[in-house]
This record gives sequence, structure tokens and C-alpha cells, in this order.
Amino acid sequence: MEKVITANGLTKKFGDFAAVDHITFDVNKGEIFGFLGANGAGKTTAMRMLCGLLMPSSGQATVAGFDVYKQNELIKKNIGYMSQKFSLYEDLTLGENIRFYGGIYGLTDKQIDEKSYLLLHQLNMEHQEKILVKELPLGWKQKLAFSIAIVHDPAIVFLDEPTGGVDPVARREFWNLIYEASARGITIFVTTHYMDEAEYCNRVSVMVDGRIDALDSPLNLMKAHNAASMDEVFLQLARKAVRTDN
Amino acid sequence: MRTLKFLLQKELRQIIRDPAIIRILFIMPMIQLLVLPLAADYEVKNINLGVVDHDHSQYSRLLINKIIASGYFRLRDNNSSFTQGLHAVEQDKADLILEIPPQFEQALVKDNEAPLFVAVNAINGVKAGLGGAYIQNIIRDYNQEIRMQWAGYPRFNPQPVIQITSSDWYNPNMNYKVFMVPGILVMLVTMIGSSFASNNIVREKEMGTIEQINVSPIKKHEFILGKLIPFWMLAITVLTMGLTIARLVYGIVPLGHYITIYIFATVYLLAILGLGLLLSTYAQTQQQSMLVSFFVTMIFNLLSGLYTPIESMPGWAQLITRFNPVSYFIEVMRMVMLKGSGLTDIKFQILAMFGFALFFNGWAILNYRKRSG
Repeated sequence: MEKVITANGLTKKFGDFAAVDHITFDVNKGEIFGFLGANGAGKTTAMRMLCGLLMPSSGQATVAGFDVYKQNELIKKNIGYMSQKFSLYEDLTLGENIRFYGGIYGLTDKQIDEKSYLLLHQLNMEHQEKILVKELPLGWKQKLAFSIAIVHDPAIVFLDEPTGGVDPVARREFWNLIYEASARGITIFVTTHYMDEAEYCNRVSVMVDGRIDALDSPLNLMKAHNAASMDEVFLQLARKAVRTDN
Repeated sequence: MRTLKFLLQKELRQIIRDPAIIRILFIMPMIQLLVLPLAADYEVKNINLGVVDHDHSQYSRLLINKIIASGYFRLRDNNSSFTQGLHAVEQDKADLILEIPPQFEQALVKDNEAPLFVAVNAINGVKAGLGGAYIQNIIRDYNQEIRMQWAGYPRFNPQPVIQITSSDWYNPNMNYKVFMVPGILVMLVTMIGSSFASNNIVREKEMGTIEQINVSPIKKHEFILGKLIPFWMLAITVLTMGLTIARLVYGIVPLGHYITIYIFATVYLLAILGLGLLLSTYAQTQQQSMLVSFFVTMIFNLLSGLYTPIESMPGWAQLITRFNPVSYFIEVMRMVMLKGSGLTDIKFQILAMFGFALFFNGWAILNYRKRSG
């Protein structure tokens, strides 16, 4: 199986505090990889290192075959990223956001036009190309942000709590988009706090206090922990945590 | 280059859509250039004069009339004792008290010598200094007149007299506005340049959109150019508006070429925008960047030579002004506007500006990291 992400002893220290403490894992091509953990467990920090937004303290990692230390700008060409904070331009229209992000990833005008059409069509937003993003409801914004994060067909897309604060219907629709992207061969790396979402993943890892405490398919994890649901697995693991959000 | 096109497109759209920017951009120059030069004037007028006349003679009244007739003073208070006069100063009714002692006329006529006393309220130093100087001049004049009256023109003046004739070059009418308007314009362009640019980037930090930029393959210089160019355009627009107002409203036409001003302004703005970028790489919130750029531009403006001549500052402050880009622009503006200086005359200033631009932008690029440590 081809590996698109490898991490080996990846660590991030802020002073004496190890936000991410020697994590080792691989992500296979085309997989939906759930990256779970309580608040403050170090998920976002780990993700930011993989995306080339944060310099690791030690350990090795490659993303899409590129080294996170030296080839971070090459990584950026091959990934999409959707941060916890909604980050499309609210004062630009849907179409303008698509054009902008397509443009900075080097898409041609023709590709941008095609992508705009497909993307808006897929989201059922054909007639809303000219409205400002700030006028959209949150659930729609998140779907749009995801579609734009993969507008350049990256090898991997990193999603940091993409469905936070979104209603169940919109979450369901969001996951349909994830499946479609996955079917196109895009590897999905997603963090979430919703355990039903964790069950949609091919494999999940659970981070506790900066370390990865468990990594397997949801089914195997439930078996191993004698649990009826991922919720129980998560509670068993996360309760061991010493450190808290604050 | 293609990336830059998309960045510029996005930036310009956002600027045009922000009503606050457009409003500030048009209203700020209007107010600053239409109100300030008319209101803020170096000339001191309307000095409130308190008189304590113990003499009540023809000569004392003549003196008072002469002072009032000068147009700089307003007689606000007429008291019979100095204590009362001082009271008027305390109540802020008078800025200056002229005390005419008893037997002023008598002493003047008999002894050829009479004392006068002037007390000045020096809370406002400029007003006090100028007011004191004006009144002394008037009294000296008065003295001269009386001597003439009594003695007539002497065929041989017993005292040698030096006659001074002066001619004011470059600003023959000492028109204050010609001097001030270009300076205010420089301040405006500077404020737009530094605070608009830095606020804009910090806003992207606050919104979280900068993260989306940092995770993309955009190159640092593309991002920085994408921010520099739109704000350079805004500042040049303000400069053009300002020069138009200066010409239409105040009739200020530069003796030199407009193109000289624009060439210098282009380089100057690179430096100032670089400073704005630099601030934005340190500030995390718009409040921070606003306060810091307010502080920096205030120091720059006060030490720019706009309000007080650089030559009269202490040595160390003069040294500081050499590191203040605003002082160069004010100097150049005045040179081009009033003296008609050309590019060769301001080559040192242009060179210095290139230095500033390199320094600020270099530092900003070094300090701007797509990946944090």
C-alpha cells in the first residue's frame, strides 16, 4: 500500500511542554484517516507540522513524498487545508473565492471556469456564484470551504474539525462530499470530536496528551476496548489524559 | 506573476468593497487639507491684553491705542491695580498685562525715560513668546514716534542707525499655506501607507485567512507585492487628490515638476509601506498594529520638520530626524514646490529613501514566516 503520510517520532515542544510527543503513524493513499483526541491533545499542532505551517522540534515526517523540514513548499503544492477557523474571504463572492484559490494554486483560466461550474453544481449553488460568502449559513460555508480546499485536486486534504458548530443534516452532507473526494483518490486526514464521524473513517488514531494511544480501524478499536461504540472507546482513552485544555 | 495577478485582483476587490476604506480615503484628505491649513496657523492673533493704567495720561492712552491698532491684540481688561490684572490672567481673560506706572507721561517728558512693565502668561509658550515680542516692537515704535515728535528729524542723528531691508526668497509673501499644505499632504500619504497596509495584513491574521495563504504555494515576495501594490496605488491616489486640492483651493502650483514629486513619492511609499508590513509581521491584532503605527507616525510627524524647524532641534534630535523618512519627504516637497528643485537636487534624498525601502522591506520579509518556529 502506498503511503502518503509517514510520521516517525514527530515531536513539537514549546519550551518544556511537548505538545506533540513522538508520534509515529502512516496514512495510506486514498484512505479516510480520522485523527481524534480531546481538546489540547495536540491534534492541530501535529496537523500544522504536516502542512508545513509549523516547524517540528524533532522526528521525521513526509507528506506526499516530501520531507516536512526541507520540502515544505513542495508539500504545499500537493495538499489542501481547511483550518478550524473558517478562512474563505467573506467579502468576496463564491465565484471570486473559487477563482482566487484556484489561481494561486496555478490553475489555468479554463480549469478555473470548469472547476467553478462543477463545484457550484455539486453544492447546488449554481445561482449563488455572485453572492458574498458572508451571506451564507455556516453549514454551506463549510461545504464551500472544503470544496475550495480541494479545488486543485491535491493528493491529501487536511481537515481540522471541519464540522464544528454545524447541524446534523449539514454534517451528513459534508461527509458525502468527503466520500466523493475520497472516491476521486484524494486522501482525507480529518480531526473531529463527533464519534459518529469517527466511525465513517477507514482508520482512526486517538491522541492523548500529545501521544497516539490507539490506531486502528473503528471496528478493531471497538473490539480491542470491549466497546459498543467509538464513543466508549474515546472516553476510555481520553479519560486517562492528565493535561487539560487550560 | 500569474499568482500576483490573482492576489491583486482579490485585494482591489476587497478594498473597493470596504466602505470604510473609501470613506476614509476621500474624507480624511478633504478635511485635513481644507480645514487644517486655514485654522492651524503659526501667526498669533487675538492676544488678550489686560491694561493696568496708573497714569491715565494722553501718552498712556496713545500707547494703548497704538497696541490695539496693531491688530494682534484685543483689549479685554482694564484694571486699576496689578493684582486685579493678575486675577484676570488667572481667570484666563488676559494673556498679557501691560502696567503703566503713575507719572509715566511726566517721567517721559521730564526725564526722557519712563519704565513700563509687561507680564506675560507663558502657559502657551508660542503665544507668550510672540505676544511679548510683538508688544516690545510696538513700544519701540511708539518710542521712536515720540522722539520724532519732539525732536523732529535730526540733521545728524546722534546715534548711528542701521536700516534693514529684507526680502523673503521662495515664499515672498511668507504665505503660511504654501509652507504647510505640502507638509500635511506628506502626513496623509504616510498615514495611509503605514497604517492601512499593516492593518490589512493583521486583519487577515485575525480572520484566519492568512493561514490559508501560508498553507498554499504562494511565494513570500508574491504575497508582499500583492499587499504593497494596492496600497501604493491608494496612497498615490491620495497624493494626487491632495495636489489637486492644493492647486485648486490654495493656488499652490509647484515651481518644480509634478513628476519629480511622483518619482520621489514612489520610492518614499516603498519605504513607508515596508514599515507598515514590518509592523504587521509583529502585531497579532488590529489594535496592536493601530497603536504601534499611531505611535510611530506621531513621532515621525513631530520630528519631521513640519511643525518645528529641524535646525532648531538639539543635536541628538537632529540625528534622529536623519532616520525619519517623513522628514525627507517634507524637505523634498518644499524644495520642489517652493524652490523648483529637480531630480538632481534631490538625489541624496532619493538614495536615502531607497535605503529605507530596502531596510524596512528586507526586515519585513525576513520576519514574515509562512511557517512558524
